[in-house]
Amino acid sequence: MTVGAPLLETQALTKRFGGVLAIDRIDFSVEPRELRCVIGPNGAGKSSFFKCLTGLARATSGRVLFMGQDITRADPCHIARLGIATKTQVPNVFDGLSVRENIWIAANRHSISGVQAMKASENTIQRLGLSTAANAVVGQLAHGARQWVELAMIVVANPKLVLLDEPTAGMSGAEIFRVEKLLNELKSTATIIVVEHDVKFIRRIASHVTVLHNGSILIEGPVATVLSDTRVRDVYLGRHSVT
Amino acid sequence: MRDVCNSGTLFVVGVATAIAVLIPQIVNLYLVIVYSNLAIMALFALSLAWVWGYGGILCFGQSAFFGLAAYVYAVSVINIGESTAPFLLAVLVPTVFAAVIGALMFYGRVSDIYFAIITLCVTLILYSLISSTAGPQFHIFAARLNGQNGISGFRPLNLPGRSDDVLGPVESFYVCMTFLIGCYVALKFLLSSRFGRVVVAVRENPVRAELLGYDTRWTRTFVFTIGAAIAGLAGALFAVWGTYVNPSLFDLRMAALVIIWVVVGGLGTLAGPMVGAVALQYLGNVLGKQQLANTGMIYGFLLIVFVMLVPQGVFPTMQRLISRWSLRRSQYEMKLLGDDISKGMQGR
Repeated sequence: MTVGAPLLETQALTKRFGGVLAIDRIDFSVEPRELRCVIGPNGAGKSSFFKCLTGLARATSGRVLFMGQDITRADPCHIARLGIATKTQVPNVFDGLSVRENIWIAANRHSISGVQAMKASENTIQRLGLSTAANAVVGQLAHGARQWVELAMIVVANPKLVLLDEPTAGMSGAEIFRVEKLLNELKSTATIIVVEHDVKFIRRIASHVTVLHNGSILIEGPVATVLSDTRVRDVYLGRHSVT
Repeated sequence: MRDVCNSGTLFVVGVATAIAVLIPQIVNLYLVIVYSNLAIMALFALSLAWVWGYGGILCFGQSAFFGLAAYVYAVSVINIGESTAPFLLAVLVPTVFAAVIGALMFYGRVSDIYFAIITLCVTLILYSLISSTAGPQFHIFAARLNGQNGISGFRPLNLPGRSDDVLGPVESFYVCMTFLIGCYVALKFLLSSRFGRVVVAVRENPVRAELLGYDTRWTRTFVFTIGAAIAGLAGALFAVWGTYVNPSLFDLRMAALVIIWVVVGGLGTLAGPMVGAVALQYLGNVLGKQQLANTGMIYGFLLIVFVMLVPQGVFPTMQRLISRWSLRRSQYEMKLLGDDISKGMQGR
């Protein structure tokens, strides 16, 4: 990777599900250590875009480059091994396992030994205030707590790029504040792309925002500029369709 | 290690060892032979308990590997004579076979339900194939396959390298019990290892496991292959036990039977399906002596009763009943923990 090159870049990325064009020739890039928010109304293509980045869906055409490497056709496990950690929209955890086991599984992939994985997961458990719940079965926890466990699984993997699909959904105000604090900590070591709806939250965490609409990028730029743009308001309020 | 040396595992190993040592001392030779068969079926059930209960892979054709191993032993022992190489070959062939079809299906991203259907088809295809080998032209070197009549009268197991020292019923019983206990302990070790935890994680949520960087296709192929090796071991022991194999090893009844053992014994445990196999086979032996009701019908009825009334199987239900009081306590603790997590998140 050359200096100044984007960490992640998509070139004319297109995904078609049957007759539906979910994402349409998206050219997108993020710089190292950037925190970028991706917003857009329902059906704008945000989750499909994430799926193409993580390998859960294969792009119909176009390219995804991570640190200069083409990962368009790579499998999810190989993409994850390059240092891309993902939080999906619905909490995606090992429901039958304990909090400790969940985090251990995430740490184990990158550890030389089981003991090293244990140390890394214990550190993360401490850091995220999960000590008292460490032995609880994740499936029995509340929605917000399960999201928090999933974030812990991302933190322990020490990723280069973090993809978060609605990380604060179903969380209380205090919990959202903790997520914000965690993202600010993560920003020092990783690039983060967040899909969010909560405008207040976006204003607090991000400097740049990308707006998706009908599968393409509508506008991209500094938070204040983008959020005050009339086209963005129209799209969210559904006043008229922007092409 | 901690997981292997827990009280449950030690209890199971203790009981199995006691059975292995005491049975030949207290029962007659005929019953020793009957119990050897039960041990073999328990080993067969253990293979599916691993693949389905821990790997989360519903293999409807586990009997294909069992039957294949039995046939490989029969054919190769007729050709070779001394039993060591045929026995090893009998385990190796189904293992390689499973690795190949497993890799094809898992790397081909075949969904769970189609996996079950395809594996069932594999065993039924083998059934048709072997059944239609009646003529004298169907032979593998010196071994004639004999179609529906099967192969009989081949040599049982002898001491490795000493073809004159053929094992008697009691020694064979010891061999079966040793393999049964050995496989159980080996699987417990595997489950407590780093790899074993990944296996369980893949069962719990394959998508999450992929997103963490685990290649679930490889993990599942490996789990499936290990299961086939154990089923193969059971099949080889079965051929040795009866010195008789026929195509019914590949039929629908055999394929369904092992599923019933696992469901009745308890999916998600290793000991449960072993107990299920022994109990139901024993029941089958008893029912076989009466003329009032068809054994298959009673098995079918039992399966329905268990699926509806005891869906978790006998073993986990018993475990739950025993620890009911502690469960109540843990539910209360769970509630406290929920409060603690939100406090922990706020207190960061």
